[in-house]
Amino acid sequence: MDFMTQLLIAAISAGTPLLLATLGGILTERAGIIQLGAEGLMLMGAVTMCIVFIRTESLVLGLLAAIGVTALLGLVHAFLSVTLRANQTMSGLAMTLFGTGLSAYLGKPISGNPLPGILPRVHLDFLSSVPVLKIISNLDMLTWISIVLVIVLHLLIHRTSWGLHLRAVGDSPATADVMGIRVRTIRYCYIIAGAMLIGLAGADMVLSVAPTWNEGLTAGRGWIAVGLVIFARWNPIRALLCAYFFGALDSLGFRVQLLGSAIPSYFLKMIPYVVTILVLMYLGYRNRNKPSGTPESLGVPYIREQRF
Amino acid sequence: MSQDKASGGTLLEPVNKQTSGGRLPWRLEYDASRVRTPWWTPIVSVVLALVLCAIFIYANGMSPATVYAKMWKGAFGSSYGITETLVKAIPLLLCGLGIAVAYRISVWNIGAEGQLTVGAMAATAVTIYFPNLSGFWSISLMLIFGIAAGAFWGLLTAIPRTHFGVNELITSLMLNYVALLALDYVVFGPWKDPKGFNMPGSPVFTDAQSLPVLGGTRLHIGLIFALVAVVIYYLMMRFTRWGYELRLIGANPTAARYAGIHIKRHIIIVMLISGGLAGLAGMAEVSGVSHQLIKGISPGYGYTAIIVAWLAKLNPLGLVIASVLFGGLIVGGYSVQTIGLPSSISQLLQGSILFFLIAGDMVTRFRIRRGA
Repeated sequence: MDFMTQLLIAAISAGTPLLLATLGGILTERAGIIQLGAEGLMLMGAVTMCIVFIRTESLVLGLLAAIGVTALLGLVHAFLSVTLRANQTMSGLAMTLFGTGLSAYLGKPISGNPLPGILPRVHLDFLSSVPVLKIISNLDMLTWISIVLVIVLHLLIHRTSWGLHLRAVGDSPATADVMGIRVRTIRYCYIIAGAMLIGLAGADMVLSVAPTWNEGLTAGRGWIAVGLVIFARWNPIRALLCAYFFGALDSLGFRVQLLGSAIPSYFLKMIPYVVTILVLMYLGYRNRNKPSGTPESLGVPYIREQRF
Repeated sequence: MSQDKASGGTLLEPVNKQTSGGRLPWRLEYDASRVRTPWWTPIVSVVLALVLCAIFIYANGMSPATVYAKMWKGAFGSSYGITETLVKAIPLLLCGLGIAVAYRISVWNIGAEGQLTVGAMAATAVTIYFPNLSGFWSISLMLIFGIAAGAFWGLLTAIPRTHFGVNELITSLMLNYVALLALDYVVFGPWKDPKGFNMPGSPVFTDAQSLPVLGGTRLHIGLIFALVAVVIYYLMMRFTRWGYELRLIGANPTAARYAGIHIKRHIIIVMLISGGLAGLAGMAEVSGVSHQLIKGISPGYGYTAIIVAWLAKLNPLGLVIASVLFGGLIVGGYSVQTIGLPSSISQLLQGSILFFLIAGDMVTRFRIRRGA
């Protein structure tokens, strides 16, 4: 395979966890709640996946456990930010610190143990002879699920009444409340659903990128996903493009190193972080006089009967 | 912003009844007028976090009492433990102070980790490029370089925020990873000690490049730097025009802007100070404790300092107490390794303390009302 094909395949593989986490972030933030706990949630998803998979040797149980544990953490975030109206930034930071600590603590005994299996791949033989599409002829299960999710979520947000309610709750909770939409229930549901997707991203991270648990293995990808939510302007289709672009950057460093480049690998590893900052700066500059697509009540706790 | 049921008006009258407790005989009511958190919430939060982590420890087949006793003894049970705790408290106090200054005007600097790292690198650069300076000049130059590098790293967060509207949380965090990778590069590459048996680390500092220590302990003069910085912070906040402007922005940014206060300039200034203090912490860490630049110079001081600042409610005395407490938590975390527990237990405790703190801040604003 030529360099470009390999890079594209690697981009999709490295981009899938980013995509899942970004979709989770989009769901949460569309409901008007800031989600900065992505790094901690991904780590918890990853460590739960590893522990359950190694103990039970069942992939499905591992995935379910990862989703379940992060749903619980999402519930905590929802309770803090919706019911208690706590500071969402701090709650997210707490989630990240707690997740980092707890995942390191729980993962210590299985650190370095290889996983008993990998994700099943979906072979589409009829595509392998087509020049461009052959790169998607041999993707793993979660990648397909994430691509389907992009379409489903896009339709859900923009084409259904559920999505209308979601956007109403994120943009103007007071109006939504008057219209009889259950603001708190909807926020709870989407925060938990978002957290589950981010947990799935963590599970995917260990299954497809590094098939073993190491302390802090996400290395800031949760935070890159937080940036990608803004980069994608809270839109699932853009999220797919952005996530694969960053997946490509992520694997580019590794590939260039294989070619025997003179650039030290540390600088190549910096690329995704530096590009995140530069892209956000560019978007901020370009959209300085335009609405950025941010849900209008993002980060503002809704208090019924409070007038503005 | 009345919370009175009757003042809801007809326009915003909700269509469906949505009380928090359903048909319970009592319900929680939010009281927006209670903005001050009672003094005891930090203490209760710490206690609740200890209880939560006790459950995790118990589930792991250990006795929480033994583990906590071990942590306490390791951190405060001996004069060695106490000096070690104070050694860890120095970077926490400096970084926590920097974070508190920025947080005064709601600038969320979570990049203290990276700012500390570049401060340590800059100080080490002095020892590498000017190896033969006298003690006074070499320490002074290391201080200037360390603070300047940290401040520059803070500026890299401030400029995107003020001129491009980029959330400083993301920028400062991304810069942490960049700084840590740069650190890896220099300790494995150009600055690696040729006599270091291939270990990733710079050459060991000479006495002229090391901060003076107290007696035979590892406690160094950085403690004085940190305490002086806290006193200056208190005086500046209390008695200067600058402190007044910061308090004004913190209380009401819109009013401050109408009052003619240049908010962007203040954001840049607080980020320079915030980064500079973290850079100073990094300088003190290499020059006072490790005496060489090593991989993992900071075991997450920058992140722990966020909780220190929050726990202290930005209060100077609170900062000192909280940083000693968290210094003890880190040292205690190391000491439980001898009974086979990972030191990440202290990180777990830190995260839980922050959770309970945030919840506590808000829970105290609710009151229970009889009747649904």
